[in-house]
Amino acid sequence: MIPSAFEYEVAENPQHAIELLNNFGDEAKILAGGHSLLPLMKLRFAAPTALVDIGRIRDLSYVRDGGDHMAIGAGTVYEDVHNNNDLVRQCPIVAHTAGEVGDPQVRHRGTIGGSVAHGDPASDLPTVLLALDATMVVQSAEGERTIPAGDFFKGIFETALGPQNLLTEIRVPKVPDHGWSYQKFHHRAQDWATVGVAAVVQRSNGSIGGARIALTSMGETPLRAGAVEQALAGGADPAEASQQADEGTNPVSDPLGSSEYRKEMAKVFTRRALEEALSR
Amino acid sequence: MANKTISVTVNGGSKTSEVEPRRLLVHWIREALGLTGTHVGCDTSSCGACTVLLDGTPVKSCTMFAVQADGRRVTTVEGLQQDGKLHPIQEGFKEEHGLQCGFCTPGMMLMGAALLEENPDPSEDDVRWAISGNLCRCTGYQNIVKSVQWAAKRAASEQPGAHA
Ligand SMILES: Cc1cc2nc3c(=O)[nH]c(=O)nc-3n(C[C@H](O)[C@H](O)[C@H](O)COP(=O)(O)OP(=O)(O)OC[C@H]3O[C@@H](n4cnc5c(N)ncnc54)[C@H](O)[C@@H]3O)c2cc1C
Ligand code: FES
Ligand code: FES
Repeated sequence: MIPSAFEYEVAENPQHAIELLNNFGDEAKILAGGHSLLPLMKLRFAAPTALVDIGRIRDLSYVRDGGDHMAIGAGTVYEDVHNNNDLVRQCPIVAHTAGEVGDPQVRHRGTIGGSVAHGDPASDLPTVLLALDATMVVQSAEGERTIPAGDFFKGIFETALGPQNLLTEIRVPKVPDHGWSYQKFHHRAQDWATVGVAAVVQRSNGSIGGARIALTSMGETPLRAGAVEQALAGGADPAEASQQADEGTNPVSDPLGSSEYRKEMAKVFTRRALEEALSR
Repeated sequence: MANKTISVTVNGGSKTSEVEPRRLLVHWIREALGLTGTHVGCDTSSCGACTVLLDGTPVKSCTMFAVQADGRRVTTVEGLQQDGKLHPIQEGFKEEHGLQCGFCTPGMMLMGAALLEENPDPSEDDVRWAISGNLCRCTGYQNIVKSVQWAAKRAASEQPGAHA
């Protein structure tokens, strides 16, 4: 399968990437790891007239301590997110989940920023970033702005990014004392999630003081499981509260599972996520 | 659409070509360089038959443009053998019958070789996790795992000072 023809330029730095995007116009796209974009281009579901390759920008690949948060460069590949010891200590759910994406080859090329910018509701990291209330840092010709994860994901393959916007950084809170879990329910080791559940909990006396829960593959965007969070705040135990995990969801039916099945599995894996989060 | 000139170090030798930006790395390797050991299995990023090492790291060459490899180092299955001597992983696949039709084998051997660079004594689980992005329709994987572990033992016994 051969993609349709396009112009190609390598961006030297973030500023250069934005200049190139503005020069090429609205049909240009950013190329990061290419592990969402190339498959779509090969099927000609995407046919950008130009690609701006940000894959060689060193300044976009890092994990840094930002004081109250950890800052992850948008161009950091999953493997580097997974193996970063500071992240493992400060925000372990992100490092862990990066190691659950796809297969080794995918993790060597795919970037955390590409996953966020792509806006696929079946992706794992966006769900985790929503549960963490992460912040996206976006650059454009007008300057820099920050967008909370809760306002970022708009629809299937639709985000708050405009056409000449570059996602440069993802800021995740430091949560070394929180319980956490990402439950990825999938058929084979390298499959996409049929259902995924991210839970980040504050413990008080062995039970849940506060919880943020988000779901993968349960609607058009990653979704907060608000009803479960409220039930927990009202004193329900994980088994009871997780019965409401399907509230407000609208999952697709596809070969991985029907919509009804996904709704049932969301309950099961929400319970497991809460139990695991409480235990670590 | 403007072509690009790329220079890639392939199996230790420098290769320079003019390519269309949309040229996939796997097609460049197979068609421009004539190195047909890199296979196209699925062409949808799922099977790992097209795996090559990019600066030593396994990637799927059907999911990269050749221009993305400019200035970098690519190792294909043809590059495993050194000075006429098989790589331990190649010997392992021979000794442990790690292949049947052989279609998945180049990708499996490159995954195995990359794993051994990082982890010279992998457990069965380590090997299975390393090849989780590579499909084999023939062997049932059992002998592939054994082949990689055979290679690990051979490589260890070849280390200077090792006790055979
Ligand atoms: C076989 C396979 C299995 C996979 N399995 C999983 C899985 O289990 N879970 C999962 O979550 N994902 C999975 N993925 C998808 C993978 O995570 C992708 O790598 C990721 O979604 C996209 O990142 P990328 O760097 O490859 O982005 P690209 O493909 O390069 O880009 C994706 C989109 O984002 C835009 N973009 C990229 N970077 C930026 C930026 N910095 N600023 C603005 N826009 C940008 C691009 O223009 C494009 O529209 C899989 C992919 C493959 C091929
Ligand atoms: S041909 Fe590249 S992954 Fe199957
Ligand atoms: S030996 Fe036939 S596909 Fe693996």
